[in-house]
Amino acid sequence: MVNIPSVRWTAAGARAKKALLSGLRLFARVALAGGLIVLAGFSGCATRSALLPLEQPQRFPREQVTKGAELAHLGNCLGCHTTEGGKPYAGGTPIKTPFGTIYGTNITPDPDTGIGRWPLVAFSRAMREGVDREGRHLYPAFPYDHFTKVTDDDIAALYAFLMTREPVRQENRANRVPVPRAAVGLWKSRYFTPGVYQPDAARSAEWNRGAYLVQGLGHCGACHTPRNKLGAEEKDAAFAGGEVEGWHAPALNASSPSPVPWAADTLQSYLRRGIAEQHTVSAGPMQEVTHDLSHVSDEALRAIATYVVSLDTRSEEQRRRHAEAALERARKVKAIQGNAVYDGACADCHNRGRAEEGGALELPLGTALTIPTPRNLAYIIRDGIVPPEGERGSWMPAFAGMLTDEQLTDLLNYLRALSGEPAWPDVAREVRNISRGDQ
Amino acid sequence: MKLDINGRAQEVDADPATPLLYVLREDLKLNGARFGCGLGQCGACTVLADGDAIFSCITPISVLAGRRITTLEGLGTLDKPGPMQRAFIELQAAQCGYCIPGMMMRAQALLERKPAASEAEIRSALQPNLCRCGTHIRIVRAALRAGELMRGKS
Repeated sequence: MVNIPSVRWTAAGARAKKALLSGLRLFARVALAGGLIVLAGFSGCATRSALLPLEQPQRFPREQVTKGAELAHLGNCLGCHTTEGGKPYAGGTPIKTPFGTIYGTNITPDPDTGIGRWPLVAFSRAMREGVDREGRHLYPAFPYDHFTKVTDDDIAALYAFLMTREPVRQENRANRVPVPRAAVGLWKSRYFTPGVYQPDAARSAEWNRGAYLVQGLGHCGACHTPRNKLGAEEKDAAFAGGEVEGWHAPALNASSPSPVPWAADTLQSYLRRGIAEQHTVSAGPMQEVTHDLSHVSDEALRAIATYVVSLDTRSEEQRRRHAEAALERARKVKAIQGNAVYDGACADCHNRGRAEEGGALELPLGTALTIPTPRNLAYIIRDGIVPPEGERGSWMPAFAGMLTDEQLTDLLNYLRALSGEPAWPDVAREVRNISRGDQ
Repeated sequence: MKLDINGRAQEVDADPATPLLYVLREDLKLNGARFGCGLGQCGACTVLADGDAIFSCITPISVLAGRRITTLEGLGTLDKPGPMQRAFIELQAAQCGYCIPGMMMRAQALLERKPAASEAEIRSALQPNLCRCGTHIRIVRAALRAGELMRGKS
């Protein structure tokens, strides 16, 4: 059934050498600007060989396509490769980075504008090495530093899934990034370690399965790990919390801001349902992740939850004390009255208790109150929590238009105080920036 | 406290945490805005504050000092209906009618900013408002028609 034409590598030595030289010249400029002096690892900076295009359509076994569908959900491929209201996997989604705006590409099997002419080896090389079929380096906004850990079988299944989607003819949008692609080669030699996930023999099979999914296709660290000035994840601060699209992605390790520490059962349920009554409701960029994960098997979610909870290395005793203090604070807050905005706008749902109809998260337990920035909470209050069009999901009304910047600032400060954490610095400035639309 | 409602200063004697909807309906007898869910989930209570659509059922009056509030009554009268009201009458966009004041107010907020809003923009703007009768097609048509009337087309 599987019929993939053989692929030859074009050897264009002279062209490659020329490309290497021009790549280096471009890099020199960027390196000076970025203050990167390490000129290690010249190999890999150059543009790579093109892979010959496919000429015939392919067929795939149904089981492989089904498996690929689940993997596509695990990898949240739609997140970057589909625009709101656009055709699935046809690309065009703007991804704002500190280095400029990159647009998700068309990964439908359209032969001219998508990946219809990409043989499996080209797809695999893009995933594993961050190089497109024509041999150009891909910007690491495409998280190949994670996808490199994915096994051959899973890459082939994902490929089978994508190549059997509806082909959509839609040209890719030109990226607006001042960094030349050739410079990406040097970035890779410094920050990119290729290689499939290697299991840790000291850990359980479930833990290893979780680590494989989280570090690989799930690319959780792409948001939950802080990045350095050149946009690379700080490996020694893995899962210590990061930034994405103006939102803070909370720490998943021992510095987790969740007032009640996560347990594997709760996390597993959250990943599917997008809500955990003692922790959070998924919002912002995480919302589409939990929507994706609602389609994934229990086995995969269980493994992910097992691994993520193991990142919190605090002792059971420490975790228990944290939980008790947080629950006690939540109990007390219900009795507090006196902030007219909270009492009038928030208390009716948030003091009702989750068990009641319309009951919302008890706020002193909410992670948005305890993270280092007020931005998530400000976005949630302004825009509410609204499921993607046509999907089920948690709902909170948007308060945009109701509160002035000053009133929102006061409310954020009040909610922060409820959490028992020290005040956020300069909330007023953050609110001004947010209402100016600055993400 | 004082509230500016439909261009008139109104003295209101209520707890600052009281939702605007209760003040409108019970104290001021402005019954255009409806009580639907009381949780900001259905949109029947929608009014405008400085031109923005808000859920009056979850807006405490304390935040509204100095803001310009517009309710359905502010869009026109029985004798002299405004363009939004004329459009809804012309297209007979109501079934049971309970959601209609909220729909009109949210459409008004959009069209005041953008009188030539497209059907897609109207649909997207009206997302937070529910209609249980399923009259959406006529509601959207009426909002499009209101845009025409606002732009001076007859």
